Amino acid sequence: MTHNQETDTAAMNMSTSQFIEDQVTGSSRQLNEMKTRVTARDVNVFYGAKQALFDVSVNVPDKSVIAFIGPSGCGKSTFLRCLNRMNDTIEGCRVEGEIRLDGQDVYDPKIDVVELRARVGMVFQKPNPFPKSIFENVAYGPKIHGLASNKTDLEEIVVTSLKKASLFEEVKDRLHEPGTGLSGGQQQRLCIARAIAVSPEVILMDEPCSALDPIATAKIEELIDELRANFTIAIVTHSMQQAARVSQRTAFFHLGVLVEEGPTEQIFTAPSDKRTQDYVTGRFG
Amino acid sequence: MAGQHIVASFDEELGQIDRLIRDMGDLAQAMVTAATQSLLDNDVPLAQRVISDDVVMDARQRELDERAIALIAKRQPMAQDLRAVVGAIRMASDLERIGDLAKNISKRVSAVGSGAMQRKLSHSIDTMAQLVRAQLAGVIDNYVARNPQALITLRADDENIDVQYTAVFRELLTYMMEDPRNITACTHLLFCAKNLERIGDHATNIAENAYYVMVGRQLPLHRPKLDETSISARPA
Repeated sequence: MTHNQETDTAAMNMSTSQFIEDQVTGSSRQLNEMKTRVTARDVNVFYGAKQALFDVSVNVPDKSVIAFIGPSGCGKSTFLRCLNRMNDTIEGCRVEGEIRLDGQDVYDPKIDVVELRARVGMVFQKPNPFPKSIFENVAYGPKIHGLASNKTDLEEIVVTSLKKASLFEEVKDRLHEPGTGLSGGQQQRLCIARAIAVSPEVILMDEPCSALDPIATAKIEELIDELRANFTIAIVTHSMQQAARVSQRTAFFHLGVLVEEGPTEQIFTAPSDKRTQDYVTGRFG
Repeated sequence: MAGQHIVASFDEELGQIDRLIRDMGDLAQAMVTAATQSLLDNDVPLAQRVISDDVVMDARQRELDERAIALIAKRQPMAQDLRAVVGAIRMASDLERIGDLAKNISKRVSAVGSGAMQRKLSHSIDTMAQLVRAQLAGVIDNYVARNPQALITLRADDENIDVQYTAVFRELLTYMMEDPRNITACTHLLFCAKNLERIGDHATNIAENAYYVMVGRQLPLHRPKLDETSISARPA
């Protein structure tokens, strides 16, 4: 190798490593700039004497999807339900620690729980439309929260919400037929439309696709990806592939402990904790 | 691939893929050893065996590809399992190429010729062949033994092969200048040396993939260059 070639190679190596360094600092800068929407610090949850969650701390970044995975009974749904105080409805359930939404303490006694649940919407495993018309299902929330000043406003909210939930085209000619008459996948999208009609900041989804067929599941996943532009989404799922597909960050729970939380890609290609490895590769359930 | 899956047949399928990689690794080593030996000893029947072994190598690679693709479709492997399967596909393709290159060396055995002078010329690539064989054996052994640290060292050692290749190139050039009658044999030997150098590169690829399979991180893009360290070590 001549001297010139050597310097050329050295220069090339230099620019490549500089390039990689720029990429890395660039992405970490991006991450730092990402706003945190929900912060949980040392959350402990008890059902009577039994402790269900142990010192869970996690940040949910704004306008992104975080997936909670783990075996049944690991506490992932319990944690999800802490975020909008759904656990308040369970007798003997006690929550310790701190959960903040935009810096505001969710468990502050002064907070209006109904208003909180409008800001943190929820979609459940089984689609649960009200036994009312499609229109009424979506209009109900905005009506009770006084979000529409007149009928035209309300109609606009309903149509926009149905469009955002990718359901409008399928139901536009039968808005006044019962919501329960829709297919399972459509009902679930109706529930999502109902949740977003009150302009929440965060949407919690508790296994939203487990009662749906693969096509309806794909539509919901596509929808989640679109909703990410405007909402922060936390999803509990038993499908690891689904978590890998829809989320940017993944948190793995085991026996009430948050074992590992990180970029989804990392959790599914090279997790750092042995328990995460064993779970995502199907070595224990 | 430590630990048992809940589904036992998943372990079996991963085990089969791992066994195929080991088999291909053993075969690649045997082929490279036989190819260089046939060249040094001008052993045409041995060279012929390498050429027919390549058919076996190709068949193994196909089998591995099919099994790996079927496993991905059926099991959707994650984390270390995913790395093991994707890594196996890549390593198999490098091993298959090593088989091809060994075959190419064997094909030149009769062209190099069997005279006393030709034998002397062949020995110019002996040292390089030894380095390549040791490199390949080291990579395969440390993949089988799951020893990622040793792979980092081996990857850097490829530089020695490159240095040796330059030496062989110069030596053969000298023989050609000395006596034009050497040109035919030396040209064939140059191709053989080039093939050996490529085998070293594929061994390096295997080391990099094996490291990723075991550790879950890619090795840095540029491995340290020996000649650069020698420059910086030199007093100004």
